[in-house]
Amino acid sequence: MINRYDVVVIGGGPAGLATAHSARQNGAEKVLIIERDRELGGILQQCIHNGFGLHHFGEELTGPGYAHRYIKLIENDPGVTVLLDTMVLQVFENKTILAVSPDQGVIQIEAGAVVYTMGCRERTRAAIRVSGDRPAGVFTAGAAQRMVNMEGYLPGKSVVILGSGDIGLIMARRLSLEGASVKAVIEIMPYSNGLTRNMVQCLEDYDIPLYLSHTIAAIHGKDRVQGVTCAKVDDKRNLIPGTEFDIECDCVLLSVGLIPENELSEATGIKMDAVTGGPIVDQMRQTSLPGFFAAGNVVHVHDLVDWVSEEGEIAGKYAALYAQNKLSESPKYIKVENKSGIRYVVPQNINVNQAGMVRLYMRVTHPAKKVSIEVAGNSGVLLEKKLPIAKPSEMIAVDLPQAKVEQAEQFITVTLKE
Amino acid sequence: MTEQVRRVSCIVCPISCQGEVVFENGQIKEVRGFNCPRGKAYAQTEVTAPKRMLTSTVKVKNGTIPLLPVVSKQPLPKGKIMDCAKALREVCITAPVKEGDIVCPNILGLGVDIIASRDLAAAN
Amino acid sequence: MGEKLQADVVILGGGIVGAAIARELSRYQLDIILLEKAPDLAMGTSKANSGIIHAGFDAHPDTLKAKLNVRGNELYHQLAPDLGFSIKFVGSLVVAKDEAEQPMLQELLDRGRENGVPGLEILSAQQVLTKEPNLTADIRGGALWAPTAGIVCPFQAVFAFADNAVINGVKIMTECEAQSIATSDGQVVGVETSRGFIGARFVVNAAGLFADELSRTAGDDSFTIQPRKGEYILFDRKVGDLVNSVIFPTPNKVSKGILIAPTVHGNLFIGPNAEDIDDKCDVSTTCDGMNYIIEGAGKLIDRIPLAACIAQFAGLRATAADGDFIIRSSTTVGGLIHAAGIQSPGLTAAPAIAEMVAELLNEQGLDLREKPDFQPKNPPQIHFAQLSVEEQQQLIAQNPLYGRVICRCETVTEAEIVAAIHAPCGAKTVDAVKRRTRAGTGRCQGGFCGPRVTAILARELNIPIPAVRKDTAESNLFFDKLPADGEVNCHD
Repeated sequence: MINRYDVVVIGGGPAGLATAHSARQNGAEKVLIIERDRELGGILQQCIHNGFGLHHFGEELTGPGYAHRYIKLIENDPGVTVLLDTMVLQVFENKTILAVSPDQGVIQIEAGAVVYTMGCRERTRAAIRVSGDRPAGVFTAGAAQRMVNMEGYLPGKSVVILGSGDIGLIMARRLSLEGASVKAVIEIMPYSNGLTRNMVQCLEDYDIPLYLSHTIAAIHGKDRVQGVTCAKVDDKRNLIPGTEFDIECDCVLLSVGLIPENELSEATGIKMDAVTGGPIVDQMRQTSLPGFFAAGNVVHVHDLVDWVSEEGEIAGKYAALYAQNKLSESPKYIKVENKSGIRYVVPQNINVNQAGMVRLYMRVTHPAKKVSIEVAGNSGVLLEKKLPIAKPSEMIAVDLPQAKVEQAEQFITVTLKE
Repeated sequence: MTEQVRRVSCIVCPISCQGEVVFENGQIKEVRGFNCPRGKAYAQTEVTAPKRMLTSTVKVKNGTIPLLPVVSKQPLPKGKIMDCAKALREVCITAPVKEGDIVCPNILGLGVDIIASRDLAAAN
Repeated sequence: MGEKLQADVVILGGGIVGAAIARELSRYQLDIILLEKAPDLAMGTSKANSGIIHAGFDAHPDTLKAKLNVRGNELYHQLAPDLGFSIKFVGSLVVAKDEAEQPMLQELLDRGRENGVPGLEILSAQQVLTKEPNLTADIRGGALWAPTAGIVCPFQAVFAFADNAVINGVKIMTECEAQSIATSDGQVVGVETSRGFIGARFVVNAAGLFADELSRTAGDDSFTIQPRKGEYILFDRKVGDLVNSVIFPTPNKVSKGILIAPTVHGNLFIGPNAEDIDDKCDVSTTCDGMNYIIEGAGKLIDRIPLAACIAQFAGLRATAADGDFIIRSSTTVGGLIHAAGIQSPGLTAAPAIAEMVAELLNEQGLDLREKPDFQPKNPPQIHFAQLSVEEQQQLIAQNPLYGRVICRCETVTEAEIVAAIHAPCGAKTVDAVKRRTRAGTGRCQGGFCGPRVTAILARELNIPIPAVRKDTAESNLFFDKLPADGEVNCHD
């Protein structure tokens, strides 16, 4: 059986939902979402805390609440087909997709345009090389979150969390509310990677100590975790001998970063950005392969789901136009380069033949106050955006009007001015 | 001897001012270190009557998944959050549920309802 | 345990040696019981080693190691397809940094030829770099090439031997710890276990690190076992083609040095170091150990792909004082056969050790009569990801669970996991599923599939989720949620 769709969206999380909806609004008649889980919504379904949607919906929603708004749009749209419990096995350059599910077996799908919205996965213990035993009770924070919030089990009763990113902080509060004792949050950097709000409401509210410039030197326990040895690190993140201390616990949660999930994109031959870990895209979120688009955490790890939805809307729109042969076929690309103080900028390329304002998303390399983001072309500074504060954990968006894009001529650079 | 100082981290905007509220004889004497009036107001509330939204889960019978995420309709007194969370651990409801359905009315008599934050279909 | 158990032979230990012996003895008309104290087989040395089928040039010609290595290597050629585990004879290189190390290559070549290793040759530095372009250009002394060396997944080999043993009538008892070997008048009469007494005239001691302690319970204190730790780093498949064969440095006296090798599943690993330690249960990794192997491997390739690291682990070698294997009948207790001190090349030698143990048992008076209905082959295992689309379609039509991918990194389906749980020597823990199916061995290390595998185990074993374990007896993964303290109202 061969199925043909105008736009096929791989992954039914927030990026995929926004992509599918936007594709339909921009003229795609048949849109397909392929989702491996038992329901749509992706990671939002397990993020039961609130704080989502202030930018996008103008109200504070829970993760499931945010997902639900999009799911309703999708469910009420006969032009969108959803395949749940379905895994994509392979995507070919000619936009043929092989997927598999228990109900339908292996299915072959032909797409007018493909959008990758697979999201990201969590970095593991191995990626940061934590020494010691390998007992039960060491989990990534997201895996633990799924067990607590969706399956109904606890990963531990006394917990140490490594990494002060928002998932780690949210889990500190969540486990406290479930009656577990959260002993400490350990952060290798000299500053926290989470929102101040989460520092206050997830740690301070529950008297959970945060150890900055510390790491877990070793995990102990033959069967189940029995404790960890923590130690201070120097400014090169090396352990400082003599600073070790032990914390008893039965569980270690790792919140040590997210990695865009790009095995499919890489297997399709799409060019990747070594810094973001995602495909190199233009402002339409088109990748290096024409007709292949990408949006959300698969492109770069976002801080807010609102931005993910926005990116999905962009990708969905242009994927729909591509599928209808409405995209200009003579692109002219200029590069967007990150300069000092800027870790990366998405999109990495701008097609100057494509009309419209371009929103640049970026992250800084270190926290700084009273800064400005300078966007320049080869003819000079195009614009400057002043910010009271810039943090690596918070994404910054800078809008570049079409006129400025045209002035840029051959390249665009983005610099943090302190 | 009666002067007390409480540090407050402002969460109103990303600048995250670290300010202080100074008490004298139990009365607020000064709020300092915040860049804007919103920050000052936040700090005052935070030291006098802090409130928090509560999100948790309750058990579900006959649902497509075993847990239902829930949220307080309004913020609850911070000091009551743990008791409310405990109360919700004992709640069990039966699917189907619609987003916004009241799962636990007037929790602990605090005048706030706990509502479902998603739809949950019945199994089968 | 209820009824009293009786066997002709009790094998102590479910590592590669015990499993290979069980499978070898299962050819004969014997009642055999294999005891393993852990919830799964291959939980000791067999789960954390280099996974190399050595060619056989390392050991001195007059040793058991030399003889059994070469014979074992030969046997694997038939065993791998019969028993259905993957093996790749990718060859090995011992590289010499400079001229000073070349005499060692010649010594190994001579030794290997005397041991009967086929195909050995010394390659020039240029030939080496043609074969292995990613090796550091600093390697100027050439290399010894051994085409018969191979790689195998060590625990899959154990499960394959064990499954076949069970198919041929061996009883495998996991979570049954041998506490002592019972004797009467200098003759074995049985084994005292954590689950009761098992009567037997013959006991094979393949208890790895604990072989000396069990031997002593029978009054035989003729040897001691020293644990020697080796640490490893495993890398993602995306860097799996950095080397094509097993690359050793020129060896020193203690070990073969830090090597770099592909795995049979397409990953890459570096390691091991060699640290004598006291605790036979200490398989912790250390910061120093990691730094040491990274530095060691850095002498072979210029750039270690540390960003692609997916696991670090440590294993313990069970080393005997004189360095050779101890495979002999006890000199003080009748009916007790030792297969102990099995360090490298123990994995390679295991099938040959099994043959030798059968002979020793026969010499001790055990009658070896072949079974007419011995099944030398295991039924084929299904690996969904390796099949054609047509084959996949057929499978899903028969069993829809083949259509549900549980481990996305390695494309392992629910049906494969269920099959592993219900195999002759089935998986009871999450790591047991992982070692049989590869679910959780990929780059996310079970972050996605871990909770799902846990749920499948609970369903198939009919146990609650909190009873599901990671690997060892007390390694439960999750807890039931805590009740409120009762001071609040309860709705229903």
